[in-house]
Amino acid sequence: MIRRQRWLGPAMFMPAVAYILALVGVPFVMAFLYSVSDAKVGSVSYHYVGLQNFISILHRPAFIRALQDSFVFTITSQVLVLIGANILALSLKDAFPGRRFFRFLILLPWVAPVSIGSLGWKWILDSLYSVISWVMVRMHLVNQYDTPMWLGEPKLAMMSVILVHTWHMLPFATVIILAGLTAIPKDIPEAAAVDGAGFFRTTFQITIPMMLPIINVAVLFGAIFTFTDMTVIYILTRGGPYDTTQVIPTEAFFTGILGSDLAEGAAISIFLVPLLIIAAYIALRSAHRAEVT
Amino acid sequence: MARRRLTRVLPGIMMWLVRIFFAVVLAFPFYWMLITTFKRNTDLNNLKNNPFLFNESPTLDHLKLLFNETLFPRWVMNTMFAGLIVVIITLVLAVPAAYALARLTGQWGAQLGIGIFLTYLIPPTLLFIPLSKVISFLGLQDSLWSIIIVYPTFTIPFSTWLLMGFFKSIPRDLEDAALVDGLTQWGAFVKLVIPMSVSGILTVVIFAFTLVTQEFVYALTFISSAAHQTVGVGVPTFLIRGDVYYWGSLMAACLITSLPIGFLYNLFLDRFIEGFTVGAVK
Repeated sequence: MIRRQRWLGPAMFMPAVAYILALVGVPFVMAFLYSVSDAKVGSVSYHYVGLQNFISILHRPAFIRALQDSFVFTITSQVLVLIGANILALSLKDAFPGRRFFRFLILLPWVAPVSIGSLGWKWILDSLYSVISWVMVRMHLVNQYDTPMWLGEPKLAMMSVILVHTWHMLPFATVIILAGLTAIPKDIPEAAAVDGAGFFRTTFQITIPMMLPIINVAVLFGAIFTFTDMTVIYILTRGGPYDTTQVIPTEAFFTGILGSDLAEGAAISIFLVPLLIIAAYIALRSAHRAEVT
Repeated sequence: MARRRLTRVLPGIMMWLVRIFFAVVLAFPFYWMLITTFKRNTDLNNLKNNPFLFNESPTLDHLKLLFNETLFPRWVMNTMFAGLIVVIITLVLAVPAAYALARLTGQWGAQLGIGIFLTYLIPPTLLFIPLSKVISFLGLQDSLWSIIIVYPTFTIPFSTWLLMGFFKSIPRDLEDAALVDGLTQWGAFVKLVIPMSVSGILTVVIFAFTLVTQEFVYALTFISSAAHQTVGVGVPTFLIRGDVYYWGSLMAACLITSLPIGFLYNLFLDRFIEGFTVGAVK
């Protein structure tokens, strides 16, 4: 008879759970408490002020703009990632000579630290020495004395941060989709091919529909990582020019950390929560399905 | 006949064009770091020069500057040190937790495991404001220890989740046999399960380490002096003097940092991705 020790399980997982509760659970609750207070850096007093911080930030045009731009930033880059990752994953699915090497090159934007990769782009998008501008001048697309200010002009700056973020997230989505593609039983597309379906028809009518659950995973995590990210924007533009590339996380950082207004910063970051709840719900449902089947 | 052959080779050619296009676009910044690292300033700053070529002979000046006159070596050491301690904390907490949740606690252990994984999704940009208070309460502001105690909040959830999957794949019979032979449950875990899980544990070591090297937001928030920074924050924020960018040295730092981390991470990336795709791929 095997004697199971009932207390051993809890004793083994409690330290980890306690660590997470103390440094994720407690701050999570604190974020809500701060958002309805007048907390500042350096002060220890706590006064409940109701929804005053939320009312004040919702009256700031700059915040409304950041909120909108968060969606523009997330949706645009995720659409681009999704299109690019599907095409790229299909091209990497079957074995070909040099596949490992290609894979390494393609994964670099995700596996290298994102702040470092963004810094590389800051140099490529430099106002004076941009290599992209140089090529465009040579191709007579732009005037030599009036090259684009990639990070200095509102529209171009927004486009630049979106594209750099897309560059960073593309490999992550590609690898997830690739994992799904290799899991599809080979005989189904083959049977379709025998029945006369061509490459494109097989792709659009068989492969992509079968891939939907995994594409959902890629979009879910991609959207969270994008909506909550501030690294790319912080490095490339610091929210500029004239606050035209601010998003919720950068607003929270500039207000709450650099501006020392903890309460208002916390209220801004609370706007990240609805998306997290939706994402958690979807993730839980998919994990539940995995256990049932 | 010819048309038929064309429809057969056309997808193949397209595939190659797609691969080459993406590889060039995605890897370009790293190629650009490489070229910039070895170019003379006079070459970099001459707009008439073709930036793709070495118009003057290559130089090691930027690397010398980086290693001799900047804090870059210090940041590398800081990052390694923080990484090492975070890995240790992660292993000590996540390995037993994952085993308990995979084996000893039944159905609700699995639920709790999912719960722990979900905390990975709570972003630094939501927690950094309250955590900055916690850090100053602990007296750790502007210290490397601030990030050392905060980083396990994301390495533990991910590692626990990965290891749970790993432990579940070990046949239960082996442990039962060990118990029959007189080992305690804890004894079976230490003497049987851990030695069998070396590859899973190694994966977690690499991950915890690479996640530490990738983190930006917490280090930027908690650490203010240049000497205490990590590579990921030090290079983009402190390697600039005034308004002057030393692009040669900056790109050298980028290249030296990203290639080894990228290479390590790349080796274990599939396991990392498995952590996200559980439930959607079978």
